[in-house]
Amino acid sequence: MAEMTRRRGKVGYLLMIPAAVWLALFFVIPFYSLVATSLYDQAGSDFRGWEMTYAFGNYVDALQDYWQPLVRAIVYAAVATLICLVLGYVLAYAIAFKSGRWKTLLLVLVIAPFFTSFLLRTLSWQLILADDGWIVSIFQFLQILGDDGRLLATPFAVITGLAYNFLPFMVLPLFASIDKIDPRLIEASTDLYANPVAGFFKVTWPLSLPGVVSGTLLTFIPAAGDYINAQLLGSTNTRVIGGVIDGQFTDANNSAIAAALSMVLMIIIVAMVFFYVRRAGTEELL
Amino acid sequence: MSQQAEATAPTATDGSYDGLRLSQLTKQFVGFTAVQDLDLDVPRGSFFALLGPSGCGKTTTLRMVAGLEDPTSGTITLAGQDITKTKPYRRPVNTVFQNYALFPHLDIYENVAFGLRRRKSGEVEKQVDEMLALVELEPQRRKKPAQLSGGQQQRVALARALINKPEVLLLDEPLGALDLKLRRSMQIEIKRIQTEVGLTFVHVTHDQEEAMTMADTVAVMNKGIIEQLGAPTELYENPRSTFVANFLGQSNLIEGTITNRAADLATVDMHGIAVSIPMDRTHTDGDAGWVGIRPEKVLIGEEGAELDAPGNTIPGGVISDVSFVGVSTLYLVRMPWGQELAVFAQNTGRTRIFRVGEKVELSWRPEYAFLLDQAQDAHAGAQESDA
Repeated sequence: MAEMTRRRGKVGYLLMIPAAVWLALFFVIPFYSLVATSLYDQAGSDFRGWEMTYAFGNYVDALQDYWQPLVRAIVYAAVATLICLVLGYVLAYAIAFKSGRWKTLLLVLVIAPFFTSFLLRTLSWQLILADDGWIVSIFQFLQILGDDGRLLATPFAVITGLAYNFLPFMVLPLFASIDKIDPRLIEASTDLYANPVAGFFKVTWPLSLPGVVSGTLLTFIPAAGDYINAQLLGSTNTRVIGGVIDGQFTDANNSAIAAALSMVLMIIIVAMVFFYVRRAGTEELL
Repeated sequence: MSQQAEATAPTATDGSYDGLRLSQLTKQFVGFTAVQDLDLDVPRGSFFALLGPSGCGKTTTLRMVAGLEDPTSGTITLAGQDITKTKPYRRPVNTVFQNYALFPHLDIYENVAFGLRRRKSGEVEKQVDEMLALVELEPQRRKKPAQLSGGQQQRVALARALINKPEVLLLDEPLGALDLKLRRSMQIEIKRIQTEVGLTFVHVTHDQEEAMTMADTVAVMNKGIIEQLGAPTELYENPRSTFVANFLGQSNLIEGTITNRAADLATVDMHGIAVSIPMDRTHTDGDAGWVGIRPEKVLIGEEGAELDAPGNTIPGGVISDVSFVGVSTLYLVRMPWGQELAVFAQNTGRTRIFRVGEKVELSWRPEYAFLLDQAQDAHAGAQESDA
């Protein structure tokens, strides 16, 4: 018996090797390299070489110079995630409970945008939100926008683009969670004097929380790092941290600052996710 | 104040009846009619069972009373109030669901408190404590439903509905998921609770034994209509249709022709043998009928023996099968006209156990026989009762 347990333990470790090698190659080593780069002397360059000086000052410089794009990225991502949550919840709820035999088709349609390229889809939003486009015209007619007001190159456009591009990442986990809810539980709540609103907040919403948590994480994390939307739909005033990192790595040739900014962004996201999951209390629901 | 409101309400025409009344209730789904022109009165405080095979419309009827299904036509009145169009969350009706439908994210305490909290009822804690005591689940109050056994979950479902003191408590096959032994003890438990709280219970089941042991009135439902309604003994002893005769227990149905109808006794020619049946047990107007007799009412004896049952004696049987059960023996006896009749004989020791191939004589007292309409299918309800 003990013999067998030990053997099984050995097999378990053996089976972990491929994944461990993979993680070491593509996570541990690059991560170590990133941390190291973030501590190089900023005076270095790809041509002259980099010198390790344990320059923790890089982090101070990075935050001092670029705290605005950092905050902007997080705010944009948060607003876009919220919009995705509202739109995505309604959509996922409708697909799960009201679509009948159209369920599969609708799910395919949710991921259908992925069949075209991310860049192309974002560029199309330039046309939709263009100054002479119909949306701007309608907004101007309704006096929501001034006569020379515009949507393109504003935070509005960036957030719209983010919400659009990351909506499927919200819908799919939400659908998976809502679809699992036994409709008889909602009937039971109705039978126990819960009107539709109370029934939603006391039964449907709490039971869909795992989907809400994974959906918001899958939307917020990539949205916070994304800079394509800010670049194509925004202006210099909507520059986000991803764009700054890109610029520092390539144009400015300042890998140290770029790496420090990447570290900061990662630490902030990990801290927020940790706090969020603890607050949502989802470990109890799993 | 409330009495006045009730009297002036336009729907108070049935105000005289304080129980649950279904009038001409019909439910049509696409392609079939689940419930057809159902009229039913459930007296206040009674334990009422709707019994029938699956697909007979009993669950649909229950769901209409709960408000989870809208009737196509007809009305539902409860304690004099028309509730046909009332939203389910405003009806004084609670349901114990077949699968219990306990809220998995709430603990037992919050599951039971759910209805009280929605209605902003006072003294939630005291009421929940009392209810948990009634169903003996106090130690489990902080557990989640998934941590409980089937029987415990069943009791939570019962407590969650009962705590709201509904006008009518609906039980939708509540014991279907439990094993036989647990089901028996829960039957007694639910019956005890019903007597204790004195509420009206409407119990839907396909298990005839369950319906008969628990309910004081049973309505046998088949294909969307009620076949017969009455006390369990009445239904069993004097069924009015072949469906009831076969669905509740087992019956021998033998073809016969009515030769004479006297004031209190009908005489029937049954394959050349004259048998008599009391008129109040004769449920056909035609000349032909099914003579019905329960297997345990048939006496079996040696060929030519004097049997202790004056009246109907049928000679010429041959034993074709013997199943010894212990307390009783089940015989199949082939009659001269080819039909096999079932006979239950108690193993009292007064008669010996017959063997296959032996010739026997059957007999029964006229007051145990019944006569049914021959237009009905003799096998109606026979298979479904096993389901």
